[in-house]
Amino acid sequence: MPVIQYREALNQALREEMSRDPNIFIMGEEVGAYDGAFKVTQGLMKEFGKERVVDSPISELGFVGLGIGASMVGLRPVIEVMTWNFAILAMDQIVNNAAKVRYMSGGQLHCPIVFRGPTGAGTQLSSQHSQMLEAQYAYFPGLKVVTPGTPRDAKGLLKAALREQDPVVFMESELLYSVKGEVETGELVIPIGQAEVKRPGEHVTVVCWHRMIYPALEAATKLAQEGIEVEVVDMRTVRPLDLPTVLASVRKTNRCVVVEEAWPIASVGSSIVDAVQREAFDDLDAPVIRLNAKDVPMPYNKKLEGMYAPTADDVAAAVKKVLYIG
Amino acid sequence: MAARVRKAAQTRPRERPVAVSKTSSAVSPKSGANGAVTSKEAAAPSKDVQLLMYRRMALIRRFEERAGQSYGQGKIAGFCHLYIGQEAVGVGAALACAATDYTIDGYREHGHALARGADPKRVMAELYGRKPGYAKGKGGSMHIFDVEHRFMGGYGIVGGQIPLATGFGWASRYKRDGTATVCFFGDAAINQGAYHESLNMASLWKLPVVYVVENNLYGMGTPIAVSNAITDFSKRSGDYGIPGEAVDGMDALAMYDATQRALARAKRGEGPTLLEARCYRFRGHSMADPQTYRTKEEVEDYRTHKDPLNIMKGHLAKLGVGDAELEKIQSEVNAEVDEALKFSDQAAEPEGQDLYEDVLGH
Repeated sequence: MPVIQYREALNQALREEMSRDPNIFIMGEEVGAYDGAFKVTQGLMKEFGKERVVDSPISELGFVGLGIGASMVGLRPVIEVMTWNFAILAMDQIVNNAAKVRYMSGGQLHCPIVFRGPTGAGTQLSSQHSQMLEAQYAYFPGLKVVTPGTPRDAKGLLKAALREQDPVVFMESELLYSVKGEVETGELVIPIGQAEVKRPGEHVTVVCWHRMIYPALEAATKLAQEGIEVEVVDMRTVRPLDLPTVLASVRKTNRCVVVEEAWPIASVGSSIVDAVQREAFDDLDAPVIRLNAKDVPMPYNKKLEGMYAPTADDVAAAVKKVLYIG
Repeated sequence: MAARVRKAAQTRPRERPVAVSKTSSAVSPKSGANGAVTSKEAAAPSKDVQLLMYRRMALIRRFEERAGQSYGQGKIAGFCHLYIGQEAVGVGAALACAATDYTIDGYREHGHALARGADPKRVMAELYGRKPGYAKGKGGSMHIFDVEHRFMGGYGIVGGQIPLATGFGWASRYKRDGTATVCFFGDAAINQGAYHESLNMASLWKLPVVYVVENNLYGMGTPIAVSNAITDFSKRSGDYGIPGEAVDGMDALAMYDATQRALARAKRGEGPTLLEARCYRFRGHSMADPQTYRTKEEVEDYRTHKDPLNIMKGHLAKLGVGDAELEKIQSEVNAEVDEALKFSDQAAEPEGQDLYEDVLGH
């Protein structure tokens, strides 16, 4: 199977789906002539023309809303936000229009649209360019929120998103774009809302998604050398949440650590912990631990930045703590 | 709605004096600084269309009066923003649209929906929160949608519908299907970023959208002069290199004429137009508004001299339509609204499981 970068996997998904469906167009800042700020849309304007790969003004509320309108009357827009940090300017359109128009119109209208771009920590980009914002969107009924961590998941889930009938918030990561992995050529559609056990294990369940699957897998590899078998569950989608897969794993291992790059208050992880303690209380042999980013804006300084998000060592320590061997 | 093409100037009604508000001098209709849209291609409406204008305006008036009463009786809840006084804007513009053109609106939209041909029974049922309502009782006053008539909804966030309209325009151009969009919004929305971002893109890409700002002189209870550096809204198209035109929004024929010209321009691929409909609402911002920000004299002045129904009656009189015909229309409309109220009173409530329907597709 070919080994390609996460960004190339996204590019493949876009190219294949645009070839299949003429109603798909891409709009965003520098997606066309510049080939995309992170090169996800590389070559697409050349291949599909300026009508279908459209450079927008730096005007997030406007072009995000334009995309929603276009989706309501039969098109399938892919709206690239250069980063999700800037989409905060467009939140009204996403949460008040895209998420709710199906409900408010009694099912007369709906929005098949994909909003995509990177979220999460950057490379010393400080507070306004480094934040994990999936909880903002997972909060709202009417949206699907996808957080792929591997190139294969990126391609398969983006292809699924482009065939959805509902608005999809598709969250990539600046730090994942150059990550490589095996990805099937051609048709690969991974259903939205299904978690995947990335590594089976019997002693502790580690629930993670997006970039956090890497410290989780790294910790699992290290702990295996000590005889501790960690089951790594990658949510892949944070709305809808595939709780049955999490609960099945916890019922097997009886211990759970949730690792998220986001802040601790009102996070997706807090919803997962809530479900685990409610649905699998009798199966738990230890309180669930949740690892989060430090509850501060991202600092610029490299040393401080490194202290910000959970690391493989943090995950390993948490695993030992729920095993009462830490 | 096919109308014999005549020069608009021949049928333009005599300009009536506009009552001058204490808070603004920007109420008399005149062309914007950026040049009015050419009137050469405008077709004056036929007698049938003018009668339909009167019927729809009378329907809106009666419907809204009765909705106000039902609100008082507690049968309608939430916010309820009545359109009384502004009927000519919605009806004039809606009847200038082709059946396939899109219209979209803010939250004072029951009137616009009826102007487009929505079923008053289903609009009222929605206000009543009943299942046969256009949103199955889950939208209420601020969210009336009738997609069959290409009425793409009412939205509750000021200015939030303007980017959506721009997206409809984008889709029309992308599909090259010859459709255009009329986007209604209130005067307060013109200060939202959504307006500026949308007009920039619509002009840049020459999208077929007609932006209609309904300037009723107050954003909720704030006079426009308190919140706008430029109160001549027709000039606020200037930054975007598109025409802006002030229209007498109390006169349905003037609205029809201006909208028709702007739609024709849009469909020729020449891009968007801003129409400033200078109008006045006879009632408060919502049912909860005590209206302490304006005088009774000002309201009475408009009601007496600028009632859009009376102005329409004047046009019809010139076409030989007598009082008897208008009274017949009025009584038919009254019956239609009575039926809508009866229908809504008797309509079923949504069921418990309906709570979860239409969140996501299945």
